[in-house]
Amino acid sequence: MRDYAKEVLEGSVRAAARLISWLEDEDPRALEHMERLYAHTGRAYVMGITGSPGAGKSTLTDKVTFALRKKGLTVGIVAVDPSSPFTGGAVLGDRVRMSRLTMDPGVFMRSMATRGFLGGLAKATGEVVKVLDALGKDVILIETVGVGQDEVDVIRLADTTCLVLVPGLGDTIQSMKAGVMEIADVFVINKADRPGADQLYAEVTTRVEQDASIRERAWTPPVMRTVAVDDEGIGDLVEAVEAHRKFLEESGALEEKRRRRAREETLQLIHGELYRRIRDRLTANGELDALVEAIVQRRESPYRAMQHVVARWMRE
Amino acid sequence: MTEDRKIKIIVAKPGLDGHDRGAKLLARIFAEAGMEVVYTGLRQTPEMIVETALQEDADVVGLSSLSGVHMYFFPRVVELLREKGLDDVLVVGGGIIPKEDIPELKKAGVAEIFGPGTPTAEIVAFIKNNVRTRD
Ligand SMILES: Nc1nc2c(ncn2[C@@H]2O[C@H](COP(=O)(O)OP(=O)(O)O)[C@@H](O)[C@H]2O)c(=O)[nH]1
Ligand SMILES: [Mg+2]
Repeated sequence: MRDYAKEVLEGSVRAAARLISWLEDEDPRALEHMERLYAHTGRAYVMGITGSPGAGKSTLTDKVTFALRKKGLTVGIVAVDPSSPFTGGAVLGDRVRMSRLTMDPGVFMRSMATRGFLGGLAKATGEVVKVLDALGKDVILIETVGVGQDEVDVIRLADTTCLVLVPGLGDTIQSMKAGVMEIADVFVINKADRPGADQLYAEVTTRVEQDASIRERAWTPPVMRTVAVDDEGIGDLVEAVEAHRKFLEESGALEEKRRRRAREETLQLIHGELYRRIRDRLTANGELDALVEAIVQRRESPYRAMQHVVARWMRE
Repeated sequence: MTEDRKIKIIVAKPGLDGHDRGAKLLARIFAEAGMEVVYTGLRQTPEMIVETALQEDADVVGLSSLSGVHMYFFPRVVELLREKGLDDVLVVGGGIIPKEDIPELKKAGVAEIFGPGTPTAEIVAFIKNNVRTRD
């Protein structure tokens, strides 16, 4: 068997790509490699780019990556697109806007389908970020799905989350669901060349000011304007992200963020593994079928069944 | 779970002509068939297509050509895939390709060429039957 962990640490694109596939497939072979990579993660800075479909996320990702490359930084990109709930298939089209990055050895770009995972990311996105981190990328950009406004999972992975809003796409403050405005560390008003951009900018700025007056915050999200297609405002956006990074580092918030992430992740892993083990055993010995039968007939309740299964498992 | 592993396919349009309707349609057809399709857009060089296949760990590369560049582009993609050690990646082609070119393309390692009007079910079935089993 190939030593993928070692190869990833040596910079092998091939090994990283295959390990990512295993992670996406939840192939148990990935575990051993991830275990060995883990010590080499935590160095990359993770940026999330989220917003409605068509807001310009991919175009921005391309431009921001280009700007970071000019600063001498290497970049990993994870772009997530939705899987069809009907066919399980997906068209992953984000590369179209990033063609010029393909041949740059300092950039690794991976498209991912959600495979039924909600929240704007794929289930394995967090693991993929770690692989790119171990591969040595300085900055990792996550482009989220963007089908509605419930895609807030990115804040769990990103150190800085950029919320992209555009005029004319129904991105008004009034239409914004509760909690969406709050995810932004940096607001990006993209398509600033379009009518309505000034109004949207004013609306968002006012909102940010109001928020700050209601409750004092350690960080006030800046509101940036960009015309991604024309590469306008990108330098300022990168600076805004850097300012946020500096704030996180100096205030200790970055460490706190990462500690919270490690905690959630560990609990999630334990949850997943326990679930898998118990499910496998219950299905292998036919106990689950018997329980389901009893539950359907109301001879047993799912609550009691759960307590019995868990209690017995804990004893063993 | 013993669910079928998802097939990942790159749909690329090498060459300089500016239509991508055919390639976009193909992308949708493969997605309908349950595949994960990386659509790369226009004006892809063989190098870009192969680099994309590498990063995406693609099982299949689907090339679409209308501009008569297939005799150079298709074999070149196969050759570069081999150079990168990606020789288990299935390469299929489509578009407007004269019948007499097909034997040479196949000899160069293109698994199959689908002319215009090939039933999409046939293309999908071919891919499903010939795709690698990933270790
Ligand atoms: N007018 C204008 N169009 C833009 C701008 N940024 C992106 N677009 C266009 O918006 C469309 C969607 O962009 P894309 O990056 O794919 O959006 P995504 O779905 O959020 O990733 C494309 O046609 C882009 O060319 C901008 O600043 N101004
Ligand atoms: Mg996009």
